[in-house]
Amino acid sequence: MVEMLKRLPFLADADNSTKYYGVVGNFDSPEDLLRAIRTVRLAGYSKLEAYTPFPIHGLDEAMGEGRSPLGRFVLIGGLLGLISAVALQWWTGAVDYKLVIAGKPLFAFEPSVPIMFELTVLFASFAAVLGMLGLNKLPQYYHSFFRYSRHMESTNDRFLLAVESSDPKFDADDLITLLHELGSRHTELVEA
Amino acid sequence: MADLALDPRFELNPPLVEGGATYADITEKVSSITERKPPKQWYIAMAVTTPLALMLFASLTYLVARGIGVWGNNIPVGWAWDITSFVWWIGIGHAGTLISAILFLLRQRWRTAINRAAEAMTLFAVACAAVYPLFHTGRPWRAAYWLFPLPNEFLHLWQNFRSPLMWDVFAVSTYGTVSLLFWYTGLIPDLATLRDRAVNPIRQKIFALMCFGWRGSGRQWKHYELAYLILAGLSTPLVLSVHSIVSFDFATSILPGWHTTIFPPYFVAGAIFSGFAMVVTLMTLARWVYNLEEIVTVKHLENMCKVMLATGMIVGFAYATEFFIAWYSTNQFERFAFMNRAFGPYWWAYWTMISCNVIVPQFFWFKKCRTTVPIMFILSILINIGMWFERFVIIVTSLHRDFLPSSWGYFRPTIIDMSTFTGTIGLFLTLFLLFLRFLPAVAMAEVKGVLHQQINQQKGASH
Repeated sequence: MVEMLKRLPFLADADNSTKYYGVVGNFDSPEDLLRAIRTVRLAGYSKLEAYTPFPIHGLDEAMGEGRSPLGRFVLIGGLLGLISAVALQWWTGAVDYKLVIAGKPLFAFEPSVPIMFELTVLFASFAAVLGMLGLNKLPQYYHSFFRYSRHMESTNDRFLLAVESSDPKFDADDLITLLHELGSRHTELVEA
Repeated sequence: MADLALDPRFELNPPLVEGGATYADITEKVSSITERKPPKQWYIAMAVTTPLALMLFASLTYLVARGIGVWGNNIPVGWAWDITSFVWWIGIGHAGTLISAILFLLRQRWRTAINRAAEAMTLFAVACAAVYPLFHTGRPWRAAYWLFPLPNEFLHLWQNFRSPLMWDVFAVSTYGTVSLLFWYTGLIPDLATLRDRAVNPIRQKIFALMCFGWRGSGRQWKHYELAYLILAGLSTPLVLSVHSIVSFDFATSILPGWHTTIFPPYFVAGAIFSGFAMVVTLMTLARWVYNLEEIVTVKHLENMCKVMLATGMIVGFAYATEFFIAWYSTNQFERFAFMNRAFGPYWWAYWTMISCNVIVPQFFWFKKCRTTVPIMFILSILINIGMWFERFVIIVTSLHRDFLPSSWGYFRPTIIDMSTFTGTIGLFLTLFLLFLRFLPAVAMAEVKGVLHQQINQQKGASH
């Protein structure tokens, strides 16, 4: 904390504030984190990010986040799977190599249903996982958040809140005091 | 906490971690397993399972060198231990998906203690099952061209998509792939925990790579939670479809004893029955190897015993229905097939199946049997045996006496049949032990989420 305060005049001198990732606070419980998010947002900050060991119910509402668009990717993936299954069975059986087996039609929907179902599920699952990774911009092996000296606590038992320096209202001094008052321990101004 | 445990509303959802555990306790308990040297029991178990796994590779090498004649199946019994074991392994996998997907959708929170290990079991069981279709081709390096629609120069034609065997290929490979995606998605946040705890920089880099640089930010969790929910929603009909399609291999034929419409639900119930038996077997082993008693509690095991009791009775009912329908059909071949099953040359297999699958689960009516670990371990092994015999009975007894008595035979397994099957058990257990040693065996992030709910409920109760 002392070290932090020493750094602050340094920040005031530099007019280029983008070299900081932001201010990170460190809270004891999900409830403290949610309270901090609401207060910080009421104070006018908007570029917030929380880091938690498990998903927290009510976090999206507190952050003002919308729903994930992942469902649309999965729907598209599933439809692609269904179309590929029909195309595969129809083209190989009824177009490319016509072979009558046991007097059955070359292509019919009834025996095609199992593979139609399986490929729908397969493509939809890939869409869900790849869509999730894409929306989360993963793999991403470097992120400024990792410069926070206690970032590893966020995968264990601490609940972290970052206010990013790109916030139009970003004021490190004010934020450090605010987060501290809200119960944060080890509040830090993190370099980018 | 004690009051909560007595509350009847929480009977199915016992406290996941006993005592006043914190989030950090869960991280420590689960992660430390992968960070320190394994206990003595782990080495003992590995010393038993690794030679068995190597025996599988030796048997398969011999099979490829000599041809599939080294197995005992031959006309009229063209399918024997290979497909018996294939169906058995696929069925075992089903409990893992049931626990991870269906119980997730039903909000059975007790599942979080066992779902990671059960999903791993699914993957290893599917891997063991895949050995059979791959190697029964005799030329496994060409199997991809026979099993999958790949353009190729060997055959100059395509697979027959009107055949249930082709549906089976798609069902099982989709099942294996989706199970892997589901399992790995669940692992990502826990791998990040291991990364953040790592002291050794190489270990840290390995886990950083494996977790894709996961940060656990609110936005990441938002997409992640939805992806997990969608995967659970997709896996639920998938798991029901897989064993239904496996049963089509038999049900769509015209062979008496196979040609029955009861097969899909009967196979799915049997799969869940055998799978839960295997989860109980593995969990009692994991508790012994890694002292996981605090996380995998007797209450979890008891819940699984109840599932075995319910599904075991569905299976028993299916056996009775099959017999009734054979008699009711007035078809002499159908009647013969079933009388031959129970009183023919393979009577011993049939009655092993009935004893293990119908009588053994009845012990689970008694609370003592559901809560005493050694008893349920033995009962679960017996159910595993019984379910293997179920598939053996369905397959071999239906085949060995063809329509003409001149085409009757008696299947006897060879030593390679036995070493291949024992080898798959060795491979399965070895993979499971490696999983326990190197990856977080319990879904930490999920258990923490449940613990948070517990803490909130406690607060709500005390206010």
